[in-house]
Amino acid sequence: MSIEEIQNEIIDEFSMFDDWEERYQYMIDLGKDLPLIDDQYKTDNNIIKGCQSKVWVHAEMDEDKVAFTADSDAIITKGIIAILIRTFSNQRPKDIIDADTSFIDKIGLKEHLSPTRANGLVSMVKQLKMYAIAYQTQLN
Amino acid sequence: MFDVDVIRKDFPILNREVNGKPLVYFDNAATSQTPQQVIDVIVDYYSNYNANIHRGVHKLSQEATDLYEEARQKIQKHFNAKCSHEIIFTSGTTHGINLVANGFSHFLKKGDEIIVSALEHHSNIVPWQMLCERTGAVLKVIPMNLEGELIMSEFDNLLSKNTKLVFVNHISNALGTINPVEYIIEKSHEVGAAVLIDGAQSAPHLVPDVQTLNVDFYVTSAHKMCGPTGMGILYGKEEWLKKLPPYQGGGEMIAEVTFEKTTYADLPHKFEAGTPNICGGIAFGAAIDYMQSVGFDNIATYENELLKYATEKLLAIDGLKIYGTSENKTSVISFNLEGIHPYDVGTILDKLGIAVRTGHHCAQPIMDFYKIPGTIRASFAFYNTKAEIDALVAGVKKAKMMLS
Repeated sequence: MSIEEIQNEIIDEFSMFDDWEERYQYMIDLGKDLPLIDDQYKTDNNIIKGCQSKVWVHAEMDEDKVAFTADSDAIITKGIIAILIRTFSNQRPKDIIDADTSFIDKIGLKEHLSPTRANGLVSMVKQLKMYAIAYQTQLN
Repeated sequence: MFDVDVIRKDFPILNREVNGKPLVYFDNAATSQTPQQVIDVIVDYYSNYNANIHRGVHKLSQEATDLYEEARQKIQKHFNAKCSHEIIFTSGTTHGINLVANGFSHFLKKGDEIIVSALEHHSNIVPWQMLCERTGAVLKVIPMNLEGELIMSEFDNLLSKNTKLVFVNHISNALGTINPVEYIIEKSHEVGAAVLIDGAQSAPHLVPDVQTLNVDFYVTSAHKMCGPTGMGILYGKEEWLKKLPPYQGGGEMIAEVTFEKTTYADLPHKFEAGTPNICGGIAFGAAIDYMQSVGFDNIATYENELLKYATEKLLAIDGLKIYGTSENKTSVISFNLEGIHPYDVGTILDKLGIAVRTGHHCAQPIMDFYKIPGTIRASFAFYNTKAEIDALVAGVKKAKMMLS
């Protein structure tokens, strides 16, 4: 599936919920399915700065696609990174770089988009895209 | 008589909603809310008196100068300083600390010692580290115990003839502990050291009498006591303020300027370079008027009642741990739910319209001491209610249910 198709799928899933509690509960559940980062990559170098909680991300190239794994010590943050990784993982670097992330607004998590927000969703997107840029440079 | 329902009417912001819920504001240790009486003074200033002060011969300038200097006298009386020129207007507590740290960089030499406490806010650690780097002085730290209290016997051991300065907060912003500043001041003076007390968290809850305390420097911020942001004071004993060199150069702080030499203005203007926060100073005076009209005794009694009530209710939640359990504390509760990140709890509480602080509260060494990433901090003011605390308790329970 393309990034856009996955995002539409996520929008569909979230559209079933009536209130913030259900949305957050679902996001927390998604966090539980996050492909967990291998402990050896849980280093200070892989921590995303700008988050009040700790978020570690690791990226690997699998043929021409990027695979992400991650973890966080906060469960809501884990849900957010899980949603991002679901859309970006196993995609080509170029598609990740070009991807639009405004779907976050459509699933009722708009408050997490503010760049001043301590959870650092914006920093997470930036970091994932940085990996994609690095791999794209290698491919070129 | 103190009636919280009447008092709440003074604070327009308490009527607003957050995420469709009535706002419950428990982040008072970060900044307090502003009563209409202070907002009116700010509007009145810009509507009727706005002018630059101290130099103008025209009527507006004279009136604005009078209001600003009256505010200084009000603040002097409130803190019981000997004279009004011992009150220096600053942009806030951090500015005051930096002003003193910068001044002392001219006096300190290698091997001199500075003592701070394990309970300090970053703003009372970093300026002294910078000062030590500049002068070769050594920073010593008064350790704390598990209750979040400073260990005074350790402080006694740290004091020596090399101690030149002691800097301690009156009340810990992260835990609410009231530190034994009277003892610290007395003991420090015995070895000839000067003492600066960070009063950012104490001035909103009690009335420090700087002469009785016999403190050398006391700093605080207006925005934690119902006043505006960007405004605060440094109190300094006259003899110290005369000794300290000016911090910033500019207009207002000079007596005479030629290209060969500048002579500095007298106190307090020597430390007040440039056009000051005139409206902020006047509004700070109004904020003190307001708090006095409520009554600091009433405030302390009521806030203690809120603290006691909230502590009992929160501790009844299984797996909830409070950090900072001194008998001697103000209305701040720092806590965590077992196995749950404070950030997650703060996020759920925000969805419920409850404003708390999460994180390390600019006091990372305290979090390192407890080996935790941070806490959830609820800090109560005299305009908060028990019903709001009930909402917090229900919110924490809901967060626990969602997050476990």
